[in-house]
Amino acid sequence: MAEMTMIQAITDAMRTELENNEDVLVFGEDVGQNGGVFRATEGLQEQFGEDRVFDTPLAESGIGGLAIGLSLTGYRSVMEIQFFGFVFETMDSVSGQMSRLRYRSGGHYEAPITVRSPFGGGVKTPELHADSLEGLMAQSPGLTVVIPSTPYDAKGLLIESIRSNDPVIYLEHMKLYRSFREEVPEEEYTIELGKADIKREGSDITFVAYGAMVHTCLKAADDLAEEGIEAEVVDLRTVSPLDIDTILGSVEKTNRVVVVQEAQRQAGIAAHIVAEITERAILHLEAPAMRVTAPDTVYPFAAAEDLWLPDQKDVVEKAKEVINF
Amino acid sequence: MAANTLEQIEGQFETFQILNENGEIVNKDAEPDLSDEDLQELMKRMVYTRIWDQRAISLNRQGRLGFYAPVAGQEASMLGSQLALDKQDWILPGYRDVPQIVWHGLPLYQAFLFSRGHFKGGQMPEGLNVLMPQIIIGAQIVQTAGVALGLKKKQKDNVAITYTGDGGASQGDFYEGMNFAGAYNAPAIFFVQNNQFAISVPVELQSAAETIAQKAVAAGIYGVQVDGMDPLAVYVATKEARENALEGKPTLIESICYRYGPHTMAGDDPTRYRTSEEDSEWEKKDPLVRFRKYLEDKNLWSEDQENEIVEQAKEDIKAAIKEADDTPKQKVSDLINIMYEEMPANLREQLDEYRAKESN
Repeated sequence: MAEMTMIQAITDAMRTELENNEDVLVFGEDVGQNGGVFRATEGLQEQFGEDRVFDTPLAESGIGGLAIGLSLTGYRSVMEIQFFGFVFETMDSVSGQMSRLRYRSGGHYEAPITVRSPFGGGVKTPELHADSLEGLMAQSPGLTVVIPSTPYDAKGLLIESIRSNDPVIYLEHMKLYRSFREEVPEEEYTIELGKADIKREGSDITFVAYGAMVHTCLKAADDLAEEGIEAEVVDLRTVSPLDIDTILGSVEKTNRVVVVQEAQRQAGIAAHIVAEITERAILHLEAPAMRVTAPDTVYPFAAAEDLWLPDQKDVVEKAKEVINF
Repeated sequence: MAANTLEQIEGQFETFQILNENGEIVNKDAEPDLSDEDLQELMKRMVYTRIWDQRAISLNRQGRLGFYAPVAGQEASMLGSQLALDKQDWILPGYRDVPQIVWHGLPLYQAFLFSRGHFKGGQMPEGLNVLMPQIIIGAQIVQTAGVALGLKKKQKDNVAITYTGDGGASQGDFYEGMNFAGAYNAPAIFFVQNNQFAISVPVELQSAAETIAQKAVAAGIYGVQVDGMDPLAVYVATKEARENALEGKPTLIESICYRYGPHTMAGDDPTRYRTSEEDSEWEKKDPLVRFRKYLEDKNLWSEDQENEIVEQAKEDIKAAIKEADDTPKQKVSDLINIMYEEMPANLREQLDEYRAKESN
């Protein structure tokens, strides 16, 4: 075991798979000699050579096309989009192409591609760096969308993503990169995609969250515990497809639920979760399934982030509203 | 100074031609060293494809085919270039480029299934290195850079070729794909069939560039403009591009050609944007007419041989349509099954639902 930050766990996962499989390639803008703008690929080119870990021209669509073409010749790409706000440049490669390659070839071809990309607010980035756009990805059949919230999850989920023979969008929250350390096994291990994890057990209300909002919910749960309210925190880990069984298991126990996301109310995936809960467990609910989200504006100017991003106070208030419904 | 620069660039992309409209060799030095059998094979494929195009249009009108983008006029472009490839080379076609992948090895009935919209149309035979026709104009270009880089990394003596049209050369992906292949010295060939129109929009409206071939300059790769109605010129240009690609230098080939038919069979009416003078001007340049003349002068082609091919094509098409008809209908459960290797929970649930419906 070693104490690792999330970014170290991510590097460790890539190193593990570069060692395990010579068809794994890591590429993107500045991921080579520079080691990535967040040091996620630090040391990898030095260790595995320019043939395995390499820089690309500055063109996201080209990077997506490169990954798809490399799949056809037997490679397993881990491509990086420097910030996920730049995904619009490569939406066709991601949602129009790699997501559909297996289907449109009747199962003949596959796209074993992992798209790594940082996102998320709270670190005062310039425009279009922090936007939460996982909702767009979750609406593309053929993709799997993974968002880890801890170093341990990050490593196991990334190894599993790289091993998947279908494309995985692996989103890394910038605020979580170095915000805390955790014990992470040095040896390889995997975490199944599509499986949520209960980060805190509770009996009175369920919080369903992902990304940085998992930690926001954990803090809110601590606040509520002081008032005698025990919240259960379900970390989705994979936001598409959803682990419906774990969500329902928790909701059927607590009978109350708040879905918490950093994305705007009209975006993200919270509406989908509420719909699933409503269809499948309405008779277990003591109150409506409610949402904590950001407002439906463009992502805020940096100086307005603190006002705009959902925080633990928002979660506590919403929880009380649900409990007192 | 700037005006001078542009002129100098344009001056470097003169049309490469070997056979003129009358089937006469106008560039003896460039005449390819093709065997008599290869020359006859190329003619056979062009005649066959012309008949297939006529039949496909007619089958489409009868409702026995779906999406179809006519190819008549582009036989030299399509088949002259494909003939220059190795069997293991990769083809990433656009939506009009079905003939190239069929002559590379895709069974005709699967091409018909693709037209109808059946997943079995995309199930490539094992070992056939082609992708399904690409509908998103430009996407095949960036993917080709990736295939070519993969071939280079695996140290294969093979190339990736991709096709698009004159309109496609305006896309961002067109530039990005060429630029990536250039930056990685990857074995790629970018083949633009400039048939003068992108649906109704003439090529002059796509760009102020005098040629499409000169767009290679932006990527630092080779560029060549070729008479796309001349099968020998197309063959030679592609052969040379292939050799250069294997040396790490990609090429953009612009082939000047014409489609006699509409853009697609989905209601496009070319009389709205093309004159009959234009049509008849290009009919004189027909690749079949000039190549037939060339082969007849060499005593390599006769009316009997041509009729034989026409009959063969008609029979094959009939058999292929029959095979397409006999292919089992698609079920939703089939479509669910080809989404992922490991089916996620939402689809497992939906699979059960649709299987229950399908068994009723």
